[in-house]
Amino acid sequence: MKRYLILEDGSVYEGEAFGAQEVTTGEVVFTTGMTGYQEAITDQSYANQILTFTNPLIGNYGVNLDDCESLQPHCKGVICREVARVSSNWRQQETLPKFLEQMGIPGLKGIDTRALTKKLRVHGTMKGSLINSMDDYEHAFDQLKATVINKDIVSQVSTSKPYPNPGSKRNVVLVDFGVKHSILRELAERNCNTIVLPSSATAEEILQLHPDGVLLSNGPGDPKDVPHAIEMCRQIQEKLPLFGICLGHQIFCLANGADTYHMKFGHRGFNHPVREIATGRIAFTSQNHGYAVEPDSLKDTDLIVTHQEINDGTIEGVRHKYYPAFSVQFHPDAAPGPHDAVDLFDDFMDAMDKRKEEQNA
Amino acid sequence: MPKRTDVHKILVIGSGPIIIGQAAEFDYSGTQACLALKEEGYQVVLVNSNPATIMTDTEIADKVYIEPLTVESVARIIRQELPDAILPTLGGQIALNLAVALGKSGILDELNIQLLGTKLASIDQAEDREKFKELMNELHEPVPASKTVNTVAEAVAFAEQIGYPVIVRPAFTMGGTGGGMCNNREELEEIAANGLDLSPATQCLIEKSIKGYKEIEFEVMRDSADNAMVVCSMENFDPVGIHTGDSIVFAPTQTLTDREYQMLRDCSLKLIRALKIEGGCNVQLALDPNSYTYNVIEVNPRVSRSSALASKATGYPIAKMAAKIAVGLTLDEIINPVTKTTYAEFEPALDYVVAKIPRWPFDKFSRADRTLGTQMKATGEVMAIGRNAEEALQKAVRSLEIDQKDLYSKEAAQVSDEVLEKRLVYARDDRLFYLAEAFRRNYSLEGVHEITKITTYFLDIIKHIVELEEEIAHHPQDQDILLKAKRYGFSDDSIARLWESTPAAVRAMRKEAAIRPVYKMVDTCAAEFESATPYFYSSYDQENESIKSDKPSILVIGSGPIRIGQGVEFDYATVHSVKAIQQMGYEAIVMNSNPETVSTDFSISDKLYFEPLTLEDVLNVVELEQPEGVIVQFGGQTAINLAAGLEENGVKIIGTTVADLDRAEDRQLFDEVITELGLKQPIGKTATTEAGVIAAAEEIGYPVLVRPSYVLGGRAMEIVNNQQELANYLKENTEVGLAHPILIDAYLEGRECEVDAICDGTDVLLPGIMEHIEHAGVHSGDSMAVYPPQSFNQDVIDQIVAATEKLAVALKCKGIMNIQFIIHDGEAYVLEVNPRASRTVPFLSKITGIEMAQVATRAILGQSLKEQGFKPGLAPESSLIHVKAPVFSFSKLDDVDSYLGPEMKSTGEVMGMDQTFAKALYKAFAGAKMAVPDVGSVLLTIDGKDKEQILPLARRFRNIGYQIFATAGTSEFLRDNGVHVTPVTKIHENNADQTNILRLLEANQVQLVINTMGHDHEVTSDGFVIRQTAIEHNIPLITSLNTAEALLTALEGRSFTTQSL
Repeated sequence: MKRYLILEDGSVYEGEAFGAQEVTTGEVVFTTGMTGYQEAITDQSYANQILTFTNPLIGNYGVNLDDCESLQPHCKGVICREVARVSSNWRQQETLPKFLEQMGIPGLKGIDTRALTKKLRVHGTMKGSLINSMDDYEHAFDQLKATVINKDIVSQVSTSKPYPNPGSKRNVVLVDFGVKHSILRELAERNCNTIVLPSSATAEEILQLHPDGVLLSNGPGDPKDVPHAIEMCRQIQEKLPLFGICLGHQIFCLANGADTYHMKFGHRGFNHPVREIATGRIAFTSQNHGYAVEPDSLKDTDLIVTHQEINDGTIEGVRHKYYPAFSVQFHPDAAPGPHDAVDLFDDFMDAMDKRKEEQNA
Repeated sequence: MPKRTDVHKILVIGSGPIIIGQAAEFDYSGTQACLALKEEGYQVVLVNSNPATIMTDTEIADKVYIEPLTVESVARIIRQELPDAILPTLGGQIALNLAVALGKSGILDELNIQLLGTKLASIDQAEDREKFKELMNELHEPVPASKTVNTVAEAVAFAEQIGYPVIVRPAFTMGGTGGGMCNNREELEEIAANGLDLSPATQCLIEKSIKGYKEIEFEVMRDSADNAMVVCSMENFDPVGIHTGDSIVFAPTQTLTDREYQMLRDCSLKLIRALKIEGGCNVQLALDPNSYTYNVIEVNPRVSRSSALASKATGYPIAKMAAKIAVGLTLDEIINPVTKTTYAEFEPALDYVVAKIPRWPFDKFSRADRTLGTQMKATGEVMAIGRNAEEALQKAVRSLEIDQKDLYSKEAAQVSDEVLEKRLVYARDDRLFYLAEAFRRNYSLEGVHEITKITTYFLDIIKHIVELEEEIAHHPQDQDILLKAKRYGFSDDSIARLWESTPAAVRAMRKEAAIRPVYKMVDTCAAEFESATPYFYSSYDQENESIKSDKPSILVIGSGPIRIGQGVEFDYATVHSVKAIQQMGYEAIVMNSNPETVSTDFSISDKLYFEPLTLEDVLNVVELEQPEGVIVQFGGQTAINLAAGLEENGVKIIGTTVADLDRAEDRQLFDEVITELGLKQPIGKTATTEAGVIAAAEEIGYPVLVRPSYVLGGRAMEIVNNQQELANYLKENTEVGLAHPILIDAYLEGRECEVDAICDGTDVLLPGIMEHIEHAGVHSGDSMAVYPPQSFNQDVIDQIVAATEKLAVALKCKGIMNIQFIIHDGEAYVLEVNPRASRTVPFLSKITGIEMAQVATRAILGQSLKEQGFKPGLAPESSLIHVKAPVFSFSKLDDVDSYLGPEMKSTGEVMGMDQTFAKALYKAFAGAKMAVPDVGSVLLTIDGKDKEQILPLARRFRNIGYQIFATAGTSEFLRDNGVHVTPVTKIHENNADQTNILRLLEANQVQLVINTMGHDHEVTSDGFVIRQTAIEHNIPLITSLNTAEALLTALEGRSFTTQSL
């Protein structure tokens, strides 16, 4: 069956359909990761987005539930050059097309994804729709033009109710803006007793749980669309060790007076080299963000830049001058991507332990 | 960290001659490294014994030494040059081993010379099996159960403990030389004994077999600041059990989940950090397809064949970066030369798939054991890039330049199911075609997976191609199917076969339907950043990224994969042609399919198309680029074979015209030229039937030389002495024989020589004449040669020059050509003319200082020799004597007869130069690892007809103090003639008083074997077994008395005369 990608600049890409039958609209973005299509598709930070893989061959090893980053992904569509006919892996439970069908995510294959990527690189991210027939192109195009990307996406991908991720060592509150399971896995690995709160959580609600520290998760969209979280963060950082990841990082920066901006085509992939300024050490990091912190806006804040992308200088991590609070733009939890920066979770553990020691002393 | 300022002069060690396991990839890495060091302002001194390389060009390093890669000779260079440091990690295992030996010799400490790049201790830790295993245990990285042994008994004891199958891996050898898989005690005893012998440390690792695991490779880099990264991941199509150099490989990995990938990436980076590698390194891993269990197979602490492949697959120049790291620069301060907008600290992202297929020499060695295992057998490889795996694989298959143009094999189609299954289980070079055949016979994916252990994902690529074949066949002239076929990599040829049409008709239909390939850029970053890399591959996709420039361009066709008869020499000529094209103000465009070479480094030309070298693929590029012309003279037979088809399609071939190429290659037309010019040639006939061949041979008189027309490197060429041998020849060569006519020539005794000539249409320049040392009958590529000639008088030289000038002008040669002569009774006979660059071009260019490929290219582009400042005729001779010696890879190939004949067998060459013939000879022998001690023992096993000739040689051996061993006949003859000799018994004889000939060899009691027992090619014949045994025990072997005499000359040059009064 044929399927088409139409973009807001009027261009049309004709390919073949796979996955769900839905007609869909979203922000068209690309990721350069060569493995981990499953983790990417289930990453809630791709909510509202149609995800293009620059790696031309996906679906090769199928899908397994262990590697999912969320239960109900909100990614709007998947675009690739080629989907494997036969996938093989010992952990495979489903093929990729079948999985997408189950998740209600439409896919488009067979288009020149490199041409599309170059377009997005040059013109910046664009809105696009996946449609199944060109007969109603005019209508679809008008609809696409009129579509306003949902600004309330965080509350949709966040959990609606608190839930625990039990452990027996440290008490962590994780505020869920669209959390990837890999963050929960890293906390579990460190035996944290984690309580996941909805994105609407207030400082009071968090403090009532008497956690040792708070983690602000990743999530989709513009950080300025979650003003209540910015306020919550401002209050929490004074009281508890805090660790922000991705959207959580942006929220932390906004809470401290910095500003964020929409990037031309974002960072999506996991070969972004990031320098830890204090040590000079470089880590390859997993990234997925369309917004970033404006470097100049950090000048008059209490934040110190700790990490920077070596090529374009994007702010990749900050630390508060006075509070045990820090954040990174990338995903130390990887999945998909390299584990080079996973020890940041240990830094968070140390911060919590140190605070406890000080309290006990 | 800024680059080091305490080092000024750096000695770079090259990799020596091309052998199986060490091919052109080190010319590429060495060239890159030298240029990178020069770019950083260091003075570079290079030593390499291989003249056929770009790296030994004087413009690559400040000083170039073409000298043997032995401690003795390199130490001499070190004392003379006094470098501050040595860089040994870019010249393969040879350079690494030499660095270790130099370190042990004490000279580095004495002269306070540092080793750049990875430290010796690290190299040792990675290479010494025992130390490596210890390190892995320390790091908690799993390795297969293994034990280092020094004797066969230890090997057997350990194997019985862990259970068969086991793998034998000899320490410090390349390409897995001497290793192998053993399923039982008998096999182990044999392979372990051989492996111990070949290991310089007499050490082997006996390892539990993990056959069937997925084989994964990571190319990783690290700098002195401990920044580490992965450049490329690769996954072998063939599971563990087949040497990675003999495996079909895809990049990036295709069947690993992110979790598996990151697990192996973590391991690789952990290893490179623990080993403190500074530069590039290759990590081989085996992953259980049914769990997270993995094993580290090995680490190569240097750039390798895989890193060359990774560089071409990603665009990321590993060797160049490794050289910069070696002088202290770090990855985060070196600019990525591909994007020029990012840093070198960047893990490339691919938006295409790469397939590599090895190129094996079994088309030449029809008797060789074609089974693949842990010993690498391929001489070269091809790479292809596509937007899907089917496309990449099919492009790679047609790049191989073998009989199979796609996955359909006539041979496979004819075998029984039983044979088919055997071919699937016991992999040979042609397994790919049998896999396709299995799916044609409706074998299931699971069934084939069960017996081959190849993952079903990869198997389905083949199955898909087979299904597409059928779909294409059922829809002749269907445009939609045509587009689909092209998107999955089918060639016009294959489609024509399936449609029972012609490639031209398919092409015409395709053009009418506007189904044309587009060209995509290789940019290391999957289009995330803007790049301007002039490196492209074709695909049937939407957007074309290769834009024709306004500058007039010339397209140069490369020479494809390295194989016997077509080696790195042709890459040398291609690269030089590119340089001249650029100097003449044109844009130089290169097409090639070989990932190992310098010509496929995108920084060499203005534009590189990494494409198969078939008519269709070349025409597609021509249509896009509209070059002023195409040059085919430098890409060996590969490029020449394309000339006619290109011209038929209206493409302008510049240089010698197609009609004139034909006059040189077509027997009858050539005979007419010879007659017209009044030149001499051996009587020759052409026949197209068996009876005709026999009649022609009778008429000429035996012995005769028989061969098919249009040959490459003497394929299927033989000297036959009688009708019986001729009948055998015809029986073995029916396929080559009657498809093309057979040529029958009188076989003349005499010295052979060859000439490369450059002609601008009017004048002819002969840079030099090379005299062959072996008698006519040994292929010119296998024979030793000397420049200037040592045994020709002026009259002979004048005849050669005159004949060359006449032929060049008469054949309207424009550019370069090669002529072979035989000097019989003082007269020069023309043997053959090759209207293209030959394998002697780099050798002669280097010693005469005339950059022949460049001069020829300028002549092709219209600059006359006189305008270039050359005086026509034979160029003045150099005062030094230069000897070329061939190098063979027999130890890697079972059942190949090492007896030299008219079929070429060598894989590479070395050069020795000095003031005297004897010294130059000695260096050539030393470079070719044929150096024998000044005093020792020689075993003579001589064919009856050679007895008279052996006598003076035997006397000369005795005069320099050599002991002689010989079998009954020869020893009696020598003793009767007053030569002291120790008799040995023949293979199947027993005699209590005498040593058996094989025991003698096995006990390493002789330092040299001279064996001329030829003609009976049976693998069980005595001559064959003796030769094989000598090779297995690393004993220098000579099969021609001319070579023996040359060696004597060399030895005598080193020894004092001891004679009583």
